[in-house]
Amino acid sequence: MSKEMTIHLKIWRQDGPDQPGELVDYTLDNVNEHMSFLEMLDVLNEQIVAKGEEEPVEFDYDCREGICGSCNLVINGQAHGPKAMTCSCQLHMRNYEDGDTIVVEPFRAKAFPVIKDLVVDRSAFDRIIEAGGYVSVKTGSAPEANSIPVEKSTADTAFDYATCIGCGACVAACPNGSASLFTGAKLAHLNRLPQGKPEKDERTVAMVEQMEEEGFGDCSNYAECEAVCPKGISISAIAEMRRNYMSAAFAGEEA
Amino acid sequence: MPSFLDALKSQVGRKILTGITGIGLIIFIIFHLIGNLTLFGDAQAFNEYTYALESLGWILYVLEAGLAIAFLLHAYIGISIWWNRRQARPEGYVKYQSKGGPSKQTWASKTMIFTGIVLLVFLVIHIDTFKFGATDTIMLNGHEARDLKDLVIATFQQPLYAFGYTAVMILLGLHLGHGFWSAFTSLTMKHKEYSSVIYTVGVIFAILMAVGFLFIPLYIYFAGPDAALISY
Repeated sequence: MSKEMTIHLKIWRQDGPDQPGELVDYTLDNVNEHMSFLEMLDVLNEQIVAKGEEEPVEFDYDCREGICGSCNLVINGQAHGPKAMTCSCQLHMRNYEDGDTIVVEPFRAKAFPVIKDLVVDRSAFDRIIEAGGYVSVKTGSAPEANSIPVEKSTADTAFDYATCIGCGACVAACPNGSASLFTGAKLAHLNRLPQGKPEKDERTVAMVEQMEEEGFGDCSNYAECEAVCPKGISISAIAEMRRNYMSAAFAGEEA
Repeated sequence: MPSFLDALKSQVGRKILTGITGIGLIIFIIFHLIGNLTLFGDAQAFNEYTYALESLGWILYVLEAGLAIAFLLHAYIGISIWWNRRQARPEGYVKYQSKGGPSKQTWASKTMIFTGIVLLVFLVIHIDTFKFGATDTIMLNGHEARDLKDLVIATFQQPLYAFGYTAVMILLGLHLGHGFWSAFTSLTMKHKEYSSVIYTVGVIFAILMAVGFLFIPLYIYFAGPDAALISY
């Protein structure tokens, strides 16, 4: 037998980018403990549609298996909810008790404007990636993957940073609304691999400048980003970004 | 490529500057505390120490100018970071809480702007009270010197100064509690194993500094003019 619960929800409803939003109360009976958080929202939306009085709650998702970075809920004040290294879609209702009240809000940052309800525009991250440009090295086709030797430890560390799925939880949770962990993770991933070396300085400077231009805040080393990151990426990435950026600036002066 | 000056104005550069000035100020307060503790030395140890400082001449001016720049730059960047965060999230969360774990969101880190501004205001009052405060002139080894020790002891007989200083020194401890670790992290000294050591050292350092500084006004206030640890 699986447990059935009554859950009270306070969900942020906002019709459009420039409209004011507010928390709206909903109560769901018969929430199965094995439902994911998003499945619970699906059930809520079925109820809303059946009633026909208002539009269903808009929220983002894609893979629902914690690897795409689409889902983006702030659940009771925590990006992706209470569990460490977990996306909203992988949060299950067994983490809640019968009668709990859960506040659900969108990721909040000036650079992530709300489109509708819980959906925000995260294209600022795409523009940071675009600013990073390309690699000029011919990486070849699949069999040539081993033709450029990469130290095992380097490959492992690069992979740790490459696990960033760009969900934006770091920005959402940062008291300053900083995107330093995202940008740092991308740079720490690409800059340490041999294929990423030739454009290292240009990439670092361009991505850091784009990050600032998008209106993200400064990093104050709160490390809240690391706590909410569904991939557990360390703020060492931010330290590395600072190191790479300053060394690029030094190198630029020499030229 | 940005010029080096432009790089220092970026988000990354500002953080590096905050770290450098922060560590500069940390070094300063260590020497400041050691100097203060001469109050408990020989009868004239404190006055001899302050006389020696004032006799440094142009070197003292250079040091003071460096300190003033460090303080102002540190404060300016700190305030601008606080300002930027309001721009970066115009609409706040209805409910917000830290996720714990590796998070360094503490009372110390969340109050940096408040403790920082209090310290800045305190600094002005502090300099006015002691550096520019009226003192008697005494003869010290054949030369005229300020009797700063007398001023310190007289000042901390007043409850407002004794308890005001104590409160501000607790805030200094809080500021250092996050600031010490943060400065090293800003200067890119972040390491899987050593960072937790740096954090712990920072907290211990913060407590030592706060207790060291606040002991003096509290002791003088409660022990009175005939304080046993102070020789005359």
